[in-house]
Amino acid sequence: MFSVINLMVRRDILLAMRRPQDVMTSLFFFIIVVSLFPLGVSPEMEVLRSIGPGVIWVAALLASMLSLGRLFSDDYQDGTLEQLILSPQPLALVVLSKVAAHWLLTGLPLVILTPLLGLLLGLNVEEIQILTLTLLLGTPVLSLIGSIGAALTLGVRGGGVLISLLILPLFVPVLIFGTGAVSSMNAGLGVEAHFSLLGAFLVLSLLLTPWASAAALKISME
Amino acid sequence: MLKILDLECVRGDLLLFSGLGFSLKPGELLHVKGANGSGKTTLLRTVCGLSLPESGEIQWDGISIRKQGDVFRNELTYIGHHNGVKDDLTVLENLRIATMLSGDRHSEDHLVDALVQIGLGERIDLPAKMLSQGQRRRVSLARLLLSQSKLWILDEPYTALDVAVIAVLQQVIAQHLQGGGMVLLTTHQDVDIEGVVKQLTLSA
Repeated sequence: MFSVINLMVRRDILLAMRRPQDVMTSLFFFIIVVSLFPLGVSPEMEVLRSIGPGVIWVAALLASMLSLGRLFSDDYQDGTLEQLILSPQPLALVVLSKVAAHWLLTGLPLVILTPLLGLLLGLNVEEIQILTLTLLLGTPVLSLIGSIGAALTLGVRGGGVLISLLILPLFVPVLIFGTGAVSSMNAGLGVEAHFSLLGAFLVLSLLLTPWASAAALKISME
Repeated sequence: MLKILDLECVRGDLLLFSGLGFSLKPGELLHVKGANGSGKTTLLRTVCGLSLPESGEIQWDGISIRKQGDVFRNELTYIGHHNGVKDDLTVLENLRIATMLSGDRHSEDHLVDALVQIGLGERIDLPAKMLSQGQRRRVSLARLLLSQSKLWILDEPYTALDVAVIAVLQQVIAQHLQGGGMVLLTTHQDVDIEGVVKQLTLSA
């Protein structure tokens, strides 16, 4: 079981290393979207500080949407996906590995960049800590849930836009509890509840989404 | 043993074939013929389990493939229209990953041997995107040289191949049949392989 995960994660990371522009695109998108807000809304530190967590979360959400379209489509176009489906390995495990690689390549870099962008928006150290942790728990959920959309829209023309319509509403709870953690800390309330809920989302989506995506992939292949 | 019972396949509203039945025993090859659009690829994809038939059943060793899951997939090597070759990986990496996915472990020497045999010996470290169409096909077919599965399903395996490689491929298929393997293939060319070669013609 672990050999499949190991093989697939390494394969996808190797492929991304051979074509780094794909990973870089969503990373720069994230940075640019966040840095547009001081220019577009207001350079006042107080304003930026209050909208900062929300801005970073929404930007992270859109940046991970951007790369989801390619999660299965490259494999679909060159016929590798057929081979993955027909291989004796459990498809859900293959999907889980691909999602893990997707998160390592697009989710984790966002989490790592968050403290820097937090400083840009005038957040203090405590806020940045909480925000980064919520993203660490939340971005894997985005990749996991997004994989269902990516699998369902495979081979559909204009699939990229369709994924956003299908998946963005499902991201709403993650977004609410992700940004809510920072404001509830500032209001003097505990953040445990927010983290517990985000953790629960992560565990649930880890358990359920690989199966759902695997089933969607099989339907898309027909 | 592969057994097809009363198979009916539909594409959109078009009935491709119905009441199709055949069986394939160890050592046999079935050459599926038919005009373009007669449903050859659909038949092959259905037998693999990639597409669902409208009705009918596909049995492997007497049990429906729907109930077998990985047992059947373990016995199957499928080569379709698409080569399943990653442009950004080298020829050797492509073959290594493909064989590992099918659950086989091969030494590096084995992998290189297979590539030499299929005429890619000097290109093993080249990214697949530098290859010609026929050479990509060879990368895909190199899996057959290392395959330990009993049933090979090959959709137009000869496409874009030159005469020399076709000869190698036919020899590999003949060896597979001698060893008790089964082959289901489509091609518009004549199949010149020693062994039990059956034919099935689909009419459009």
